[in-house]
Amino acid sequence: MQRTFQALLAVVLLLVASGVAQTTKSAPAKEELLTSPGEVGRYGGRLVVSHRAEAKTLNPVTAVDRPSREVLYRMHADLIHINRATQRTEPALAQSWTVSGDGRQYRLRLRRGIRFSDGQPFDADDVVFSFQVYLDEQVHSWQRDLLIAHGQAITVRKLDPYTVQINLAQPDAAAERLFDGVAILPKHLLEKPYQDGTLAQTWGVTTPPEQIVGLGPFRLKKYAPGQQITLGKNPYYWKADAKGNRLPYLDEITFLVVASEDAEIIRFQAGDTDIINRLSADNYALLAKDQQTRGYAVQDLGPGLEYNFLLFNMNDDTAGRLPEIARKQNWFREVKFRQAISAAIDRAGIIRLVYQGRATALWTHVTPGNKLWIDSRIPQPPQSQGRARELLQAAGFTWNQEGKLVDHNGQAVEFSILTSSSNNQRTQIANIIQQDLAKLGMQVSVVPLEFRAFVQRITQTHEYEAAVMGLVSGDADPNPEMSIWMSTGVTHLWNLSEKNPATPWESELDRLMQQQVVTLNYQARKKLYDRVQEIVAEQLPILCVASPNILVAGKKGLGNFRPAILDPYTLHNAEELFWKQK
Amino acid sequence: MTRKRTPRVVILVLGLMYGAVLFAGFCAPYDPVEQDRDHPFAPPTRFRLMDAEGRFHFRPFVYAWTSRAGIFAEYQADRARPLPLRVFVRGSEYKLLGLLACNRHLFGLDTPGRIALLGTDGYGRDQFSRLLWGGRISLLAGLIAATLSLSIGTLIGVASGYFGGLADDLLMRLAELFLAMPWLYLLFAVRAFLPLRISPSTAFLLLVVVIGTVGWARPARLVRGVVLSAKERTYVLAARGFGGSNLYVVRRHILPQTLGVLLTQGAILVPQYILAEVTLSFLGLGVGEPAPSWGNMLGALQRYQVLSSYWWMLAPGLALIPVFWGYHVLADFLHERLEFGR
Repeated sequence: MQRTFQALLAVVLLLVASGVAQTTKSAPAKEELLTSPGEVGRYGGRLVVSHRAEAKTLNPVTAVDRPSREVLYRMHADLIHINRATQRTEPALAQSWTVSGDGRQYRLRLRRGIRFSDGQPFDADDVVFSFQVYLDEQVHSWQRDLLIAHGQAITVRKLDPYTVQINLAQPDAAAERLFDGVAILPKHLLEKPYQDGTLAQTWGVTTPPEQIVGLGPFRLKKYAPGQQITLGKNPYYWKADAKGNRLPYLDEITFLVVASEDAEIIRFQAGDTDIINRLSADNYALLAKDQQTRGYAVQDLGPGLEYNFLLFNMNDDTAGRLPEIARKQNWFREVKFRQAISAAIDRAGIIRLVYQGRATALWTHVTPGNKLWIDSRIPQPPQSQGRARELLQAAGFTWNQEGKLVDHNGQAVEFSILTSSSNNQRTQIANIIQQDLAKLGMQVSVVPLEFRAFVQRITQTHEYEAAVMGLVSGDADPNPEMSIWMSTGVTHLWNLSEKNPATPWESELDRLMQQQVVTLNYQARKKLYDRVQEIVAEQLPILCVASPNILVAGKKGLGNFRPAILDPYTLHNAEELFWKQK
Repeated sequence: MTRKRTPRVVILVLGLMYGAVLFAGFCAPYDPVEQDRDHPFAPPTRFRLMDAEGRFHFRPFVYAWTSRAGIFAEYQADRARPLPLRVFVRGSEYKLLGLLACNRHLFGLDTPGRIALLGTDGYGRDQFSRLLWGGRISLLAGLIAATLSLSIGTLIGVASGYFGGLADDLLMRLAELFLAMPWLYLLFAVRAFLPLRISPSTAFLLLVVVIGTVGWARPARLVRGVVLSAKERTYVLAARGFGGSNLYVVRRHILPQTLGVLLTQGAILVPQYILAEVTLSFLGLGVGEPAPSWGNMLGALQRYQVLSSYWWMLAPGLALIPVFWGYHVLADFLHERLEFGR
């Protein structure tokens, strides 16, 4: 009896205490740590990871390059996080949230009593400030595009120091996922530069480390230009393990700049680095051979979210400007021509030769790695030269005496496939397709181009005939795919210049994609997205070929090392990683 | 001084190599672009005379490779199926010396068996066939480019040395300019101006022309030196005194003097230009896939795993060694025989 009373008293006292904390900001509330479900580890040690290029900035608002984002991901935290293993959302800085019935209003309860890496407290003002920055047109942040749905930005309002309300113009089925990776910024440091209009210039690579502050597990320790970035432990991080030990376990993470994948392999074999984030199939085989003796382990995580495809130029701004390409586009726009090529591609051969079997053949853009959204009923016809010939014949193509394919004007079918010379796999895919199409009497040449020149031709000048390229979905949800399938989307690669849908199926894609965003029921939404996949498989705006498996390698003895198929594959749980013995 | 003996071995080796690449269609068992996608990176096939039961066969035979299920590029010899080696087999169509349509090949197996003397590459293409076809491009590129260089060099060298004066000054300053030119970057620049898609034969021609025209300066200077000394000889002065025209004097008395220098230069330039072609194709600026050249075949070795796992992919690099050795011995011999012998 007495014990119950004591417990009750304690609860009452706690309530009073928290009530006091709410009214006066200076006395921070009790720290609400998040308990991490991983294995309980031990403190200490250092992790070395390699990077292909140097981080260009440490400013989350302007960072668009991959290395910068990889580093920033460790230094900052988001409100709602996508768990890389389950692919579902989970609480982060927002401890919990509620959604209104119409799906347009979110109320987020923030974690109390936690601090930035410089020891300053975090509250709703920081959240409101962060979104104000990201949504400000003058700032030109990349996050702005994500946070604008249907042309209208979300609004963020502070209700009390630990509650914010977020309103959307229209319901969004994946609204929670929007917040993943959107770093919450320290208002106390960035408000002044923001008001002065110098925010884009702050937090560059020359800023003293102690001035760069975030809510992530690590904070900047040292930046050696051209060589490495070292992050140190954030002593105020808001996660703890099951025993209540504050995370992270590691003292340091070092990002080494290593120029090529082969160099990364050599450094890893030599023991200079501890993790390789992404391996090609041939380097995987190379490392697998001596993994027992060298004390590391390679892992094949199965298909990821990357899809590689053959793209035909169907842009309609080529007429007059690029007559040669415009002439060939009459073939490319013919769906039977694209279907014939898809039928002729030896996907099984590509999987075997290019990826050594560590990939999955694709007939549409959704990969088997995306378990929630893949439409498994999409037909997967094997390679068939006969079917390809039938389709070409039906489209009015014939063969001349030398066996060359000619169109109805008697013009020989010849075109070139661009690839990026920095991506060996895609060049190999193009070489195999080239050979498959040569059997159909098409004269195809493969042209590897330097990456920037390649991207410029695809996205700006549209001076190409066909290309092999790949895209990686950032998330398993259909929403990030909006920019590809919407006819006005910025990555609507096959026809970037169109104002209105050029074909009936493109308008159907527009309609379906718009509808799936506002459909909250998973089953109904899945049905819509299944239809999208069906159209892509049938109309072939892009000819999907293969999805490589996610292959990673890590040194043995690294605890809680649980790579996932979502980007960033290995370091998503950097705070939990620990060395079992050292 | 004892005269060097004619290097017969060298001439034989070079002759054989050029013969093999000239008749590549006949000597190579397969089409160099044909992909056998079930056998990527297959190791070189071994000829055998004794079978698994210990019986002796007069006709050499090979065992077919079967890939191990589920493992990439690992093969086992299928001992149950010996495949006898055949000669003059029918195979893929080709044009002998670019003229005669033909489908006989020097050696091969009964279909569907495939022989890979030097293994296969990552697409399952026969490395030996590619080596021969690729050699055609690399070796001939060297030869043609050197001829081009020497012709231009002779023309300019003779003109410069014979006429002297302002012409000499101008031409030699131009030659110095060319010698100082960073030709690799020049080639990069030239390639960048060309259209993206050029056929292998255009690419080849272009490569030869660019390599050949860039290198005229050295032979021109050497020829000029010879001409300078030759034109002061008494018989040349006599010929001119008797009213011989410039053309006559140059053709009859001066050009023959330059022959030694030219042949020696040629023997030095050819391997240099072969290397230039290999370098450019290795960097992706020469002849493009799927057509083979020694340079783009070596390009596959830019992948660390290929370099460390499949030694037979180095074959084009190894083939360069006898070529270089041969030409250098030849240059040495010509130098001694023709220049000192003068």
